[in-house]
Order: sequence, then C-alpha cells, then structure tokens
Amino acid sequence: MKEIFEILEQNARATPEEISTMVDKPVSEVKKRIRQAEKDGTILKYKAIINWPRLEREDIWALIEVRITPQRGVGYDAIAERIYQFPEVYSAYLVSGTYDLSILVRGKNMQEISSFVAEKLAPLEQVQSVVTHFLLKRYKEYGEAFHVPKETNRRLPITP
Amino acid sequence: MPNIRSTSTEAFDNLISQKVATLPPSGIRKFFDLLSSIEDVISLGIGEPDFVTPWHIREAGIYSLEKGYTMYTSNSGMPELRQELACYLELHYGVSYNPEHEILVTAGSSEGLDLVLRAIINPGDEVIIPDPCYVAYPADITLAGGMPIPVPTDETSNFVVRATDIEARITKRTKAILIGYPANPTGAVMSKKEADAIAELSRKQDLLIISDEIYARLIYGAEHICFPSLPGMKKRTILISGFSKSHAMTGWRIGYVAADRRFIQALTKIHQYTLLCAPTMTQMAAIEALRNGEGEVEKMVQEYNRRRRFMVKRLNEIGLPCFEPKGAFFTFPSVKATGMHSEDFAEKLLLEQKVAVVPGTAFGPSGEGFVRCCYATSLPNIEEALRRMDRFVSKGTRRSR
Repeated sequence: MKEIFEILEQNARATPEEISTMVDKPVSEVKKRIRQAEKDGTILKYKAIINWPRLEREDIWALIEVRITPQRGVGYDAIAERIYQFPEVYSAYLVSGTYDLSILVRGKNMQEISSFVAEKLAPLEQVQSVVTHFLLKRYKEYGEAFHVPKETNRRLPITP
Repeated sequence: MPNIRSTSTEAFDNLISQKVATLPPSGIRKFFDLLSSIEDVISLGIGEPDFVTPWHIREAGIYSLEKGYTMYTSNSGMPELRQELACYLELHYGVSYNPEHEILVTAGSSEGLDLVLRAIINPGDEVIIPDPCYVAYPADITLAGGMPIPVPTDETSNFVVRATDIEARITKRTKAILIGYPANPTGAVMSKKEADAIAELSRKQDLLIISDEIYARLIYGAEHICFPSLPGMKKRTILISGFSKSHAMTGWRIGYVAADRRFIQALTKIHQYTLLCAPTMTQMAAIEALRNGEGEVEKMVQEYNRRRRFMVKRLNEIGLPCFEPKGAFFTFPSVKATGMHSEDFAEKLLLEQKVAVVPGTAFGPSGEGFVRCCYATSLPNIEEALRRMDRFVSKGTRRSR
C-alpha cells in the first residue's frame, strides 16, 4: 500500500478514485488508508511547490551550519527542537561531519536572517558556533527543478 | 535505356528497385503528415517511452566521449557488453549464451531483425507473422526477398497467434515463424501454454523461431516467456532484443541478437559489411544500463502500470472495449461500437478532438476495428485524451441516433 503514498508524493491532487484505478484496489480501501495516514501523521500535509522566482518574489535563503553541545539524556534532540521551532527555520537536519545541525532558513531580506542568527540562534547556550551560507540560487527542491523552462516534447508525434 | 539526367517520374522510378518502389509506405506516415498540420494535439500514437534515458546511463555516454572512446569496436560489440548481456539473459530468463560466439550487438533491435531476415531467407522463402504486428515485420521480410505470411489473430485470443493457425499456413517454403511478445500494437503477452504449443510445432516441422522480445521487461502481473528458454528451443530460436523500451534508450540505437553460433556468424558477416559495429558511445552507455539500471527499469515499469490500469478502465467505461494488455505500453481498444472503420475513427478523432491514435489497420488487415493507444505519456495527458475521446464517442452515438 506504499504505492498510494508514492502516487500522492508525486501528485497530492490525485483523487482516491484515480489512485484506486492505478493501484487496482477498491476506492473505499484507498480512502480508508489515506484517512488513516492523515490521522497518524504519515501524511503530514498537502502543499504546492511554488516557483517563487517566477513571480519575482525572491526570498533570501541561508544554509547555516550549527555546532551544538549535546545534553545529557536527550542528546541533540532538545536543542534541535528549540532551534527548529523558530518559524524562520524551513528545514533542519542532524548531520555527521564537522558540525551538527544543518538548517535552512528563509527570510524576506538579509537583515531578517542576520537578526535571526545574531539574536536568536547564536545566543543559545548550547550553540557553540554558526557558519551562515547565503544561497545564491536554488536549482532543485523536492525532486523538482526550478528555473527549467517546461521542456518541449522531443518525441515525434507518431512513431511505430 | 532511361536517361538518368531526366527528371521525369518514369525515369526516376526506373532508378528505384522494384522491390522498394512497390513496398507500401508505413500506414503511420499518413497520420504523421496530417498531425503535423494541427496544433495542441495529445498524441497517444507515439511508440516510444516518454521517459528520458536515466541520468546514470546518459552520464556513461558522456564519459565515453570525454575519454575519447570514439573508435570502432569489434564487429560483434565490446566484449564487456556481450559479457554483461550473457549475465543479464542468464539472470532474468535462465538461458545461457556464450558471449564470444552467441551474441551480436546491433544498432537497435531493428538492425537485428533486418540482419536475421537477410541471413536466413532465400528468394521466395516464407516467414509466418501474426496479423496485426509491428510494421517492420512484413516490410523487412519482403526486402530480404521473402514472403510474409500473415496469420490473422483477433480479440478471442487477445491477439495472441495460435499454433493451430500457424500450422494451417505452413508450406514447403516456410522457413521461420517471426513473433514478438509482448506485442506492438496490441500489448498482448504470450502465456507459457501458448508458447509451448508453438515451440512444439517448430520442433515437429523443423522451423526456426525469430523471437522479438524488445518489450520483455515491460510486463505487468504476468511472466515473460523467453522463447529460447523453452526446452530444446535455444538452438532453433533467434532472440532479438534491445534497450530502447526497457531503458528508455530509443534514440541511442542499441540492441542485440542472441542465437546459436552458426546464426551469429552469418549475421556478423552482414553486420561487418554494413554497420561495422554499433556506436561505441552507445555501447558504453548500455554497459552501464545493464550494470546499474535495474532500479530505474522497475520504477518506469511501475509508472507504466499505473497508467495502463487507468487507461484500460477508462477505455472500457467510455464504450471502447479493451482486453487487458499485460505487456509493452499499448492498449488496443475496439472501435466497432462506433460504427466507424479504424482509419475513419482515428482521422475524425484527430480532427474533431485533437487526439492522435493509430488505426489498427496500420499493423495489418486484422487490426480493422481497433486502434492503438499508447500510454507512454503523462497521466494528465492520458486523462485529458480520454475525456476528449469520451466526448467524441458519445457525440458519435448521439449523431447516429
């Protein structure tokens, strides 16, 4: 039944009827699965991927490397949660390597991001250091490429 | 003596061989011309994957150019590729070929088919083919000097050719049976039982089987029967296949033939005088496809399967009955209920609703009453095409009342 979610991941607007045909299972069963998944948090949300640059609204993005001190009992999770709760934080990951958290921050302008770093993130007791990389260009997110003009069909209209 | 400088049609025709001049053009051609003049057409008439070749395979092709692999390879193809092919056939179908003597790499399975027919046919030899079938079968047989002998198939057997019907057409001149399952244009697959019966017949009548298995990997909820894997059939089967459909590599032109050594020797003779070798860059990409391509193949098959189920259900709902095609990426619905001939249906559908399908008759007379709809296009395209076809069919029903 993972196939239902694979289909929804590709197209959140696929209807239960369409999905039922594609996976060859009754509509009622598909609906039940989806309802259940929505309830238990398997499906978190349905969103659109907006190509904002096309609308000439380019937010400022920064990828921030954060080194943190883990805490007894909860490791990195408690401090990670304190950080990712900020609405400026778009995504957050614990990573291996020379730093601990990799967070993607979104702001209306550079000022907004620098005040987030200076006033909220860096002063946190467990945060040892931050390195901020402003994004120059976003190419691809969620498996979808931005800035790529819709590809014209390269196939001949009729082939044997 | 015709004046070769003359531009008159008659003189010109004399310069073209009679065999070619009398060869009918592909039934698809006419639609191609018509289609080119109309905008915003959704085409269900394209017989190739809509996926671009997986990136890792393209990257291998680029790498080969970057490293300067721009020379000929051996006639029969790069040894590594033949080795990978041998492993692939053993792994998937349990049939083992000696990579040195029993595999030839060709520029697409189309070259493979042409080589096979030219290598085995003496003038006037007959080759039995199913009707409807892929457009190149009868043409290639004719060009090789043979006689195509079509065996009509119909929806009662889901367009799978029956051994008994083949047997009825065997003559002293019959040289081989050319089959291709999963089938273009019908999407039909051949069951073990049906394949066994044909194998039995070929042993009894001492006939060669040419098995075009280009769609072998595109199979849904059924098992592909690899003809040479049937008992005693390896030595009397010539297996033709390629990468176009399984790995979405149509434009690369890469395929192969696997058969008994004596056949491969004969094929290689023609191949060395015509192609010399399949393109080197493409061969290197094919090696990558075989080594690391399984995941992508499975992903594409899963996607095709979703579209297939969708299209078959909708076709049946809108009154174009369609048997369940378990292979390739084609459906072959009947348009008889509309009272139109295949060509009429396809032409009117194109003009009125801007959806392109291919009339069944392009694949042989037994395709009358059917059209080929390909689901190798995006789901939104399929949905829209079927909405338009629904409008077309119900309008037709009202019209005739």
